[in-house]
Amino acid sequence: MFFSVARMHIPDGFLSTMVALILWVISIAVIAVSLRRVGRDLGEHQVPLMGVLAAAIFAGQMLNFSITGGTSGHLLGAALATSLMGPWAAIIIMTCVVSIQALIFQDGGLLALGANLFNMAIIGVSVSYLVYSSIKNISRGKTWGIFVGGFLAAWFSVMIASLGCALELALSGTSPANIAVPAMGGIHFLIGIGEGLLTVGALAFLYSARRDLLHLDQPAPAGNKIVWVGGLIIAGLLVMLSPLASAHPDGLEWVAEQKGFLDAAREPVYNLIPDYIFPGISNEAMATIVAGFAGLFLVFGVALAVALLRRTKKG
Amino acid sequence: MMHHSIEVQQLSFSYPDGHPALLEVSLKIAPGEKVALVGPNGAGKSTLILHLNGILTGRGQVKVCGMEVNEKTVSRVRAAIGLVFQNPDDQLFSPTVYDDVAYGPLYQGLPPSEVESRVNYALDAVRMAGFGQRVSHHLSSGEKKRIAIATVLSMKPEVLVLDEPTSGLDPRARRSLINFLRDLPMTMLVSTHDLAMVRDLFPRMIIMDEGRIVADGLTRKLLSDQKLLETHGLEMP
Amino acid sequence: MHIHYLDPYHPGTSPVHILDPRIKLVLALAYILTTALTPIAAWPIYILLYSIILSVEIISQLGVWPILKRAALALPFILAALPVIFTVGESSLFTIQIGSLNVTGYTEGFERFISVALKSWLSIQAAIVLAVSTSFPDLLKAMRFIHIPRLLVAIFGLMWRYLFVLVDEALRLMRARAARSGISPESEYKAGGKLTWRACVTGGMTGNLFLRAYERSDRIYMAMLSRGYDGEIRAQSVAPVNPVSWMMLGFGLFAMISLLFFGLIFWG
Repeated sequence: MFFSVARMHIPDGFLSTMVALILWVISIAVIAVSLRRVGRDLGEHQVPLMGVLAAAIFAGQMLNFSITGGTSGHLLGAALATSLMGPWAAIIIMTCVVSIQALIFQDGGLLALGANLFNMAIIGVSVSYLVYSSIKNISRGKTWGIFVGGFLAAWFSVMIASLGCALELALSGTSPANIAVPAMGGIHFLIGIGEGLLTVGALAFLYSARRDLLHLDQPAPAGNKIVWVGGLIIAGLLVMLSPLASAHPDGLEWVAEQKGFLDAAREPVYNLIPDYIFPGISNEAMATIVAGFAGLFLVFGVALAVALLRRTKKG
Repeated sequence: MMHHSIEVQQLSFSYPDGHPALLEVSLKIAPGEKVALVGPNGAGKSTLILHLNGILTGRGQVKVCGMEVNEKTVSRVRAAIGLVFQNPDDQLFSPTVYDDVAYGPLYQGLPPSEVESRVNYALDAVRMAGFGQRVSHHLSSGEKKRIAIATVLSMKPEVLVLDEPTSGLDPRARRSLINFLRDLPMTMLVSTHDLAMVRDLFPRMIIMDEGRIVADGLTRKLLSDQKLLETHGLEMP
Repeated sequence: MHIHYLDPYHPGTSPVHILDPRIKLVLALAYILTTALTPIAAWPIYILLYSIILSVEIISQLGVWPILKRAALALPFILAALPVIFTVGESSLFTIQIGSLNVTGYTEGFERFISVALKSWLSIQAAIVLAVSTSFPDLLKAMRFIHIPRLLVAIFGLMWRYLFVLVDEALRLMRARAARSGISPESEYKAGGKLTWRACVTGGMTGNLFLRAYERSDRIYMAMLSRGYDGEIRAQSVAPVNPVSWMMLGFGLFAMISLLFFGLIFWG
């Protein structure tokens, strides 16, 4: 009941293996760098802090507010985590949140976790940081910078991450770009506004209660520039690619059809074993029936064995 | 008024894991009455309180100010019954004291002038006038407790329900809380372990244990029943 | 109540529960990867994959029905794949007339849609069996086994420890808000307030939750220091995987690789 609102946690099965694996590799690399940064730059007391804040974001996602009728909105958290903890720690925190959601609560798949981490931890945080730190700089440490920055960081991070999600689905051939991009983008245009207001509300509370947590006077560490540039590149690419992709959905479809090395490698194997080696099974209907029986026997055998075991235990 | 402030009949409730928390609880509280609800931890006091404004719903009937608590009436009930939770930090979630006290009236959609006069009334009632622009987070426990009570007084409820109001307070904060509770005119149901406060403030007392009401009567009488108190894990003040 | 209602873990003594958590994690991931790599419309392979996970569910004695109910969680997302029915393929399967518009559904698109739905449904069941039959401390051990960095595992551990504490705090905040969200008896006023105000109040609650998490983490840190924490995260060494578990792993991987092999040859 808590996971009611449309979110961008992609379940397994929706991404082609290529897309899923590539995004896993990218996510692992970025998380590894973040872990090293966090280990080096931050004090040792940050370890409990990151654990507890990850738990707080998870719990904070349960705090919902009614929008209309039965729908309600809630926090995603990347922008809030970024503004409080800086980009590197925020990537780790969001990694923990998204991973636990997948591993324990099946909110998002395990093979798709690489993509979900990429969207919510990496795009979410880097775009948040790009927007938040830029506006904070422009405002020269004035209060409005925090709130305007927080709102826009939240909106952009949600919006850009949803574009990433839509393009990944299109690239996997699961959802045509000309439908996925406007649909995802449209919903998250609104979700982003909710995220912005929630973030501003949280920042306002923290601003009045514990101003020191917002690090108003401290200059950003030099190492954060990479995240800023990364956020700019990601945001720029996705903003340019999305309209292109939805104008030419066949282009992405074409990419999806060239499924890369896994399929390419299959061709020679296929040629090596011609149909007539397994004459009986090459008929598809036949194969389905055989598989059905084999499955039935397996399940029946297992059920019987479990039932017998239970009876002997009781007796 | 013809109706009772609170009327609970044969109320039973089990948590989703099957653990029973309330077993056929029945009680009636007349308008203006001040009643204490005591019993050991896990007796079902908080569970009962959460039924009074429809946050939990069990089997049986709950009536508040003449309204049966159900899905249709729950919003009206919540305006009529002011529930103050044990931990004031759960209740104070706005940047300033003023915002927190104004939440109820704002939610009800009252006009701005009315909201302001409600906030001033509530802060006066808990003797915290002038604290409006303070940050709740920086107040002492006693002050937070009083602001938490102000957040429901601003809704002008007919019934005030408090969960463990004196827990965690130092003697002076406790004394001042007791003093202003005495002056509040509305019907009051207070769950507490503080039997000394019960003796000072509440003529009637209800004892709960293991999800049932085991005694309901004059505080004077029940507090002198040594055996009853001991059986249910209570100590004479 | 010792077990939080959100924690999906169900203790048990079935072979699935007892299986080394490290092997279980690897097998679950392998199953999901196999499902992902299975070609579209390779129906016999899907049947066999389902019979495998169904057998595991029966052996685990967790009940097939509760797992199916939990698996429904991924269903709404299937909407995202619905359009492929109408955009992918050449041989038309059916035509719907909406007003003056003719919409054609294609066989290839339909096969792809059903395959995506099946893959998603099979994979989530493997993830559910893993989560429901493995306690979190065991999962942490498994994470260390597959070389997830110690710092990350330590943060996961702390997160899990305080997750339910903070979830309870969040629920209490919501109760406190609900208790004050009433409608005035004078019915001329419209209750609920503005949408932006509701969102900002909820944001304030989030800030409140965060602040308390901050302060809690300070206390945790002091408690850790007073027990000798020096910034270094030490992990208890774990027992080596026993031969039976290795055999289980080998057997499971063999079964899945052969399924994949047949799938790719005949339907790839």
